Amino acid sequence: MSLDAHLVVRRPSFDLDLSLTAESGEVVALLGPNGAGKTTALRALAGLAPTSGGHLVLAGRDLGGVPAEHRRIGVVFQDYLLFPHLSALENVAFGPRSAGVRRRQARAQALERLTQMGLAEHAAKKPAALSGGQAQRVALARALAVDPRLLLLDEPLSALDAHTRLEVRSTLRRHLADFEGVTVLVTHDPLDAMVLADRLIVLESGRVVQEGPPAYIARHPRTEYVARLVGLNLYRGTATGHTVALADGPKLDTAESLDGEVFLAFPPSAVALYRTRPDGTPRNLWQTTIASLERHGDNIRVHLDAPLPAAADITAAAVADLSLSEGSRVWASVKATETHAYPA
Amino acid sequence: MRAPQGRVPWALTIPAVAGLAFLVLPLAGLLIRTPWSSIGPRLAGTQVGDALRLSLISATLATGLCLVLGVPLAWMLARLSFPGRRLVRALVTVPLVLPPVVGGVALLLVLGRKGLVGQWLDSAFGITLPFTTSGVVLAEAFVAMPFLVISVEGALRAADQRYEEAAATLGASRLTVFRRVTLPQVAPGVMAGAILCWARALGEFGATITFAGNFPGRTQTMPLAVYLALENDPDAAIVLSVVLLVVSIAVLALLRDRWVS
Repeated sequence: MSLDAHLVVRRPSFDLDLSLTAESGEVVALLGPNGAGKTTALRALAGLAPTSGGHLVLAGRDLGGVPAEHRRIGVVFQDYLLFPHLSALENVAFGPRSAGVRRRQARAQALERLTQMGLAEHAAKKPAALSGGQAQRVALARALAVDPRLLLLDEPLSALDAHTRLEVRSTLRRHLADFEGVTVLVTHDPLDAMVLADRLIVLESGRVVQEGPPAYIARHPRTEYVARLVGLNLYRGTATGHTVALADGPKLDTAESLDGEVFLAFPPSAVALYRTRPDGTPRNLWQTTIASLERHGDNIRVHLDAPLPAAADITAAAVADLSLSEGSRVWASVKATETHAYPA
Repeated sequence: MRAPQGRVPWALTIPAVAGLAFLVLPLAGLLIRTPWSSIGPRLAGTQVGDALRLSLISATLATGLCLVLGVPLAWMLARLSFPGRRLVRALVTVPLVLPPVVGGVALLLVLGRKGLVGQWLDSAFGITLPFTTSGVVLAEAFVAMPFLVISVEGALRAADQRYEEAAATLGASRLTVFRRVTLPQVAPGVMAGAILCWARALGEFGATITFAGNFPGRTQTMPLAVYLALENDPDAAIVLSVVLLVVSIAVLALLRDRWVS
């Protein structure tokens, strides 16, 4: 095990209690809503925030109580924190210089790193003259220049506009693939986490609520927060064979055959709405009221009220055809093949 | 379009204009009475020249001393937490409100030939501070240092400490962080503090005359020379005053962006 950490941080609002292990070369994403303790965890790993318990072992070395400057953990901060008075080159050379490397050698190494990142021509620029994407790469080069065993990234893409983000996300993915140590990144964006990480750890109020490969978590959310992130309707219920009795709602048929406590999830696009009870009755059918309507991408997202609060995505044309509005009574159905049950 | 305003209240504007006149008229009077035709030769005269030179040198040395001692002191107040920090900060500002003469007396009691430290300096090293040029520098530094400390401490508190954290994760020791990240960050604050400190040192009178005396060429700085000249050579006093006024305005111009706008 390359990274073996158990972080306990007492905070006025919540206690963070996080166990985190990772192998070399692995990219782990800490995903969670604002205030879940993601950044606190990252700062505790870096030695910038005190822990009140637990342990931290990196590559066989116990880092508990070791100050940040002796941990050799690379950090890419949310807004990069490139030293504004130093050029891109000097920023990257800062780590080696602090480790006692001579100025000329440190600069030569820094130039090599910037060249690898495709930034050779920007080496002499001050951070203020760099674009968001360039600054992000300089920050990554600076963090990697100390040859860290652990690389921490705090919301690595949040400071970028949507267009740059797309491009930087894919280059970042490549650079992280080349990095031999452990990478831990913090994000509240599920897409960043899915694209960049091999494994997700979902934090809520300082606790791990779910952990696993991104593709698995995307299909098997275990909390309301994760379900919303990956765009699924999520319920708990009791399964008997192919039928799931929801906690306080109708019974739904599912593709899987299970017994006992289960989660049940289906995407909003799997829901169909009708003004009158449809013929040929699909099995999963219930009558409900429309709580609200909102634009969602190219479609309209319809929020359904009791007995089964759910989101349904339908086209704007369908909304007009059915003349749907808030308070309309409708029939809703969802195909059994698209509802997905898994043990709770 | 501006919103319509009511009548200007004379009860406020009349004292305001009087206050302005009170501040500006004496300076105008000084400039009107200046013997402009003879100003060159007077400045070149030995007594005035000596006082000017001594003032510039001692104010600069005092500023240097304040920088060497005051910047680390400001760092300590802004970055370290230790018991009694509030008390220390209050102590640092005491010379700011203390009458300079009292400061001079206090320096004399500690560093004077019979003082607590002065006695030992005299017997162990043969160093005498009162009534010497070094004494002038010390007296000026004593009075001027709070200006520097307060300015630098303010800059340190306003500086984004996350840059220091970033430097620490890159393996920089606290001293390296201070030298390569913190100091460049607060450089404008240090500069402003140093200029204020220098201006205060240049105008220092009370502590200097008490601790260092008034010996032409050795301890007689410009303010002391002005005071002395007023009795026997008023024109010389005016010339010296104009020089100090010009220096003050130059300082104000240098600090324009930070303090006056």
